[in-house]
Amino acid sequence: MKRPGPPPGKIFLAFLKIGAFTFGGGYAMLPLIRETVVEREKWVSDEGFLDIISLTQSVPGALAVNTAVFIGRQLAGVPGALAATAGAVLPSFLIILAVAAFFIRFSQHPLIIKVFMGIRPAVVGLIAYAVILLGKKVIRARARGNGFTVAVASGAFTLVYWFGLNPFLVIIAAAGAGLLYSFFSGGGDGQ
Amino acid sequence: MILLTHLYDLFLSFCRIGLVAFGGGYAMIPLMRAEFIMARQWLTLGEFLDIIAIAEMTPGPVAINAATYIGYKVAGIPGAAAATLGVITPSVVLILIIAGLFQHFRSSLLVRAIISGIRPAVIGLILSAVLVLGRPVLVDFKAFFISLAAFLLLITGKIRPLPVIGLASLLGLLLY
Repeated sequence: MKRPGPPPGKIFLAFLKIGAFTFGGGYAMLPLIRETVVEREKWVSDEGFLDIISLTQSVPGALAVNTAVFIGRQLAGVPGALAATAGAVLPSFLIILAVAAFFIRFSQHPLIIKVFMGIRPAVVGLIAYAVILLGKKVIRARARGNGFTVAVASGAFTLVYWFGLNPFLVIIAAAGAGLLYSFFSGGGDGQ
Repeated sequence: MILLTHLYDLFLSFCRIGLVAFGGGYAMIPLMRAEFIMARQWLTLGEFLDIIAIAEMTPGPVAINAATYIGYKVAGIPGAAAATLGVITPSVVLILIIAGLFQHFRSSLLVRAIISGIRPAVIGLILSAVLVLGRPVLVDFKAFFISLAAFLLLITGKIRPLPVIGLASLLGLLLY
């Protein structure tokens, strides 16, 4: 560490607040994380934050957790990383326990059934929206090679939807396809 | 001890999901479906959709919310802890390993090549999840209308997911 970072307790509290007050996960949480660590606490510079986001998107897992781990690690090493992660996750954990206990008990109540008759189709629409959102991102990120993107996306869809293949296998195969394509097309992901 | 094997299974399942879910929470939806509805049959499609909705409606990362909920449903509070730890463990371990190699990792051709294959595949996987989850839900005109309206409101950027779910729950009360 170049300079003494904030104590893990402070990091924990900062991420606890972020975890408790942001709805919508991942991309919805980034603005609040940025406000906290860049503007209020000045733990990370503006460019530093952009770097962190681009890195955390290259790692599997929940975006908000990845960002917390990385910032915590940068501020106070492994204890900082654990403190930030615990802070980001703890509110979710406690709130869901309370909600789940309630919901499992009342899920057969006629009113709750009605409410979720309306919510279920909306969630289908929400996931369809995620397809478009992620699709736009991937297409935009590639100056050339969109043919490969479309081929892999439709291949993955066909294998899972029509042939019932396990999505885990499809992701591993897609990683292999990405390697082969980059090898034969001579570099990178077309940026 | 059924409970202990459940805890172990939950932890491992969520580790596996956390390890390959490039693209955040939504990338986990097709993986959770394969793992918990098809392979282990711990959840029905309807329950899974309810869990996604609840995960969206409560504060915090959607992926963590869903993991905690599924874990709780399968094995109570210990299950919730096992699932939550499982889904964050790959993130924590991977990032602590690569954080030191920051610049190197980001510009690594190998990493970029792998991600260039996985990203589009995840989109295909989520699309297939939309159809599989939609089939038993979009059974009447009302459900189809709610789904389409939610999609259009989100895509035009008029409303964020949380109010969309709020509106849908009102429509559920009114229409059903």
